[in-house]
Amino acid sequence: MTTHANIPTTAAAIADGVRSGALKAVDVLEAHLAQIAAREGEIHAFNLVTADEARAAAARVDADVAAGRDPGILAGVPIALKDNMCTRGIPTTCSSKILEGWRPPYDATVVQRLAAAGAVAIGKTNLDEFAMGSSTENSAFGVTFNPRDISRVSGGSSGGSAAAVAAGFSPISIGSDTGGSIRQPAALCGVVGVKPTYGTVSRYGLVAYASSLDQMGPFSTDVRDSALVLEAISGHDPMDSTSIPQAPLSLQHVLSQGVEGLRVGRITDMPSGADPDVTARLEAAFDALKAAGAKIVDVEMPSMKYALTAYYLIAPAEASSNLARYDGVRYGLRVNATDTNAMYSATRTAGFGEEVKRRIMLGTYALSAGYYDAYYGKALKVRRLISDDFARAYTKADVLLTPTSPIVAFPVGEKSDDPLAMYLCDIYTIPTNLAGHPAMSVPFGTGAHGLPVGVQILAPTLGEQVMFKVAASLERSMIAAGGAK
Amino acid sequence: MTTADSKTQDSGIQYDMSKNEIKVAPNDGSYLLDGYELVCGLEVHVELATATKLFSASANRFGDDPNTHIDPVTLGLPGALPVLNRQAVELAMRIGLALNCKVQPSTFHRKNYFYPDMPKAYQISQYDQPINVDGWLELPGGKSIGVERAHLEEDTGKSTHIGGTGGRIHGSDYSLIDFNRAGVPLVEIVGRPDIASPEEARQYVTELRQILVAVGASDAKMEEGSMRCDANVSVRKPGAPLGIRCEIKNVNSVRSLGRAIEYEARRQIVLLEAGEKIRQETRHWDETDGRTHTLRSKEDADDYRYFLEPDLVPLNPDQAWIDAVRAALPMLPRERRLRLSQATGAPADGEAIMVVVERGQDDYVMSVGEAGADVARALVHVKEAFAEQGANPTVPAADLAQMIIMETGGKLTSTQAKTVLAEIVANGGGDAVAIAAAKGFEAMDNSALEAVVDQVIAEQAEAWSKYCGGEQKAMGALVGAIMKASQGKADGKAVTALLLAKKG
Repeated sequence: MTTHANIPTTAAAIADGVRSGALKAVDVLEAHLAQIAAREGEIHAFNLVTADEARAAAARVDADVAAGRDPGILAGVPIALKDNMCTRGIPTTCSSKILEGWRPPYDATVVQRLAAAGAVAIGKTNLDEFAMGSSTENSAFGVTFNPRDISRVSGGSSGGSAAAVAAGFSPISIGSDTGGSIRQPAALCGVVGVKPTYGTVSRYGLVAYASSLDQMGPFSTDVRDSALVLEAISGHDPMDSTSIPQAPLSLQHVLSQGVEGLRVGRITDMPSGADPDVTARLEAAFDALKAAGAKIVDVEMPSMKYALTAYYLIAPAEASSNLARYDGVRYGLRVNATDTNAMYSATRTAGFGEEVKRRIMLGTYALSAGYYDAYYGKALKVRRLISDDFARAYTKADVLLTPTSPIVAFPVGEKSDDPLAMYLCDIYTIPTNLAGHPAMSVPFGTGAHGLPVGVQILAPTLGEQVMFKVAASLERSMIAAGGAK
Repeated sequence: MTTADSKTQDSGIQYDMSKNEIKVAPNDGSYLLDGYELVCGLEVHVELATATKLFSASANRFGDDPNTHIDPVTLGLPGALPVLNRQAVELAMRIGLALNCKVQPSTFHRKNYFYPDMPKAYQISQYDQPINVDGWLELPGGKSIGVERAHLEEDTGKSTHIGGTGGRIHGSDYSLIDFNRAGVPLVEIVGRPDIASPEEARQYVTELRQILVAVGASDAKMEEGSMRCDANVSVRKPGAPLGIRCEIKNVNSVRSLGRAIEYEARRQIVLLEAGEKIRQETRHWDETDGRTHTLRSKEDADDYRYFLEPDLVPLNPDQAWIDAVRAALPMLPRERRLRLSQATGAPADGEAIMVVVERGQDDYVMSVGEAGADVARALVHVKEAFAEQGANPTVPAADLAQMIIMETGGKLTSTQAKTVLAEIVANGGGDAVAIAAAKGFEAMDNSALEAVVDQVIAEQAEAWSKYCGGEQKAMGALVGAIMKASQGKADGKAVTALLLAKKG
């Protein structure tokens, strides 16, 4: 889908070329900057393109190669970063007016690890403000349009990162996923998107939305590139207490292993509501896996229908606390007023958008004395029930298969006045976050209007290897059927 | 000035209904108070003596330039995450074990409220599952005060409000914030309401302070704020249900603590006697006027919206770690007082032992005894002459021992001993024999002393006959004359003993 002459389209191929000296990182970068210059105007994937810093980083990679130093496994690969991860000295806004102009004094662990692996950060991508949304329309800095059809949304909240990869601005990008914010835009933009097991990728430096649900992960044009990025960014980080003490994931070697004998679960009592063009592609995916030797088994998830409700209590509750620090005292926006409380109020009123305010109100209410047990407390119980459901399902199946999004990319503005309709976009992605499990979306053909459809693969905790085996198998079947990757 | 005013009031209590304030007479020390029992529980916050903060690598240091010990975690910058300090956990366990608590698996919560010196707009604190529960502290007299819990939490930054009145945020021109203190580890020790008098409160805090210092958990200085004490106070008629309590904040010394509790109890009694109800509220102790004032009522209290801190994992110290911390605990003040009491024969809760153990000089006293001197004399001399010396006196134990051996051997009078000791202390040590010789102190042996006594009895026949007739006053005149005649070399005790013997 990219159009750079002589530059490979995947991160793996670029890194191979740069490491071997066949490609110059600076040439790779210029080709991608040219693509940004050509299409960014109509897509608006970025809040900021850091061309100068990227040129310096690419030159360092080339110098490493020339000097015989190991330039890293992502040598010279341009990468776009969602604008909610801290980048030292580079504005980090979360697409919110309240953080406009703030420059973090430190890099997120993921940003450090990408740099150490030789990746070249090219900019900060747009998102729904503080990652709250499913369309990247809730950004203080404008909508990100879908590169496949610029009258439609890119999905969200990591719409900018999904669009950047779909538009060929960078072969890979990083997003964050709290309730589907990587997988849903990946599906809508026709790219691969992965939410790893909670605790696999350090959250240090990721601006928190809902801390117990947030997890960072990659976007890519193919399955291997996502595996490659995860190998570079995963592994224990002492700066994140919820980081699992384990070595980085090892994934690339499983991609060719096939799915013979694997049990792929179909959730028989899954909440309905997916469009027929989407369910048709899900059935095609089951067929493809069956043809590849997998066994299709039925599983039940009786609590799944409560997941959306539980999520919209737990996530806003944590958000109401996480976002309380934006008070105008130390950084970001300050609107002066007669006293401190009035200053807080004026700052937050001016600085936050409607959806952020809605979730802060919802979360504050859910945690309030007298309401805690009925709302937040009950949501935590549902969260446990969902984990129990998954545990039972995974005694019968190795992975589960669902749609990623119930619908293909919708027109800009269609749902922006109807929060509940927007929330339903994440009905299939949210349960995984509540359980802390890994899940990923792989493009699997097209639906209505020729728009991409994603299929979601769910796996148990630390089940990334089996998940990637299935993803690679689906990708092979698409290629065999003559579909675009 | 107000302190003086209150002392001159002898008419008891005056109540100003409009201000909800009373003036009270000073405490006469008797409990019951006007037929009411005092029920008091203390909440004590101590700053832990860790190298770094509770959740970040910034230094935990008092008194440096503002905002020099800060980092993304301390400032609550977006994306920063807390990582629990292992040393803080260990010090918290030392406190818990020293207070006879059970150390249990625990969790952290967020306590949400807005304040400019609270960088995240929430405080990370242990809540319903604290690390230490169900202990007790024994007062020197033997009474046991329950300890409900001793939990870990982080401190806030420090605001300075410029302009306006009274250093308060309201009405000030602007405020300055120092985040050096933000994130400093605290342990909050919540006592049960077992304290029944201001004196017991003072003893509790004094004893607690000594324990905290002994286990190395904190320097526990109330005046510097590394130990802060809030008092929950209520009163009731004996046998009646618990009364409504008020929480007293801003008590900055052990002495103020007693005064504040006393004032607050009397204020409540006046209200109850007038048929009023006590309002549950937080009150602020004002050192200058010696009263408590309403800070906020229960209705105004924040809803802290506690919930489990998702950025931290449960804290579950293994048994081996707990056992190692327990095994490494030093001897605690109570045991040290008993040891000194056994060695000297002095009462364990008597002034000399209390003072010497509080100063941490009990090991020193014991070592003077080990050097061959009478431990009881060592206790008295150290208590009297070593107030400025701290836990590790500069005077070598052997030097003090030598002086005491001379004294108890009759080679120095007690007056001479004091003089010699003063010189030894001033010089950080010294040879008592040489000092005594240089000062011309010679031992007056018993035969020489008896000759002087006989001479004075002969000269002061009238006084002698009065003394023999039972007039104690007469003894003073005799002793004075003997001391004069001996040019101060006579030992007072020996003189008294001789007089008594001669009287028959």
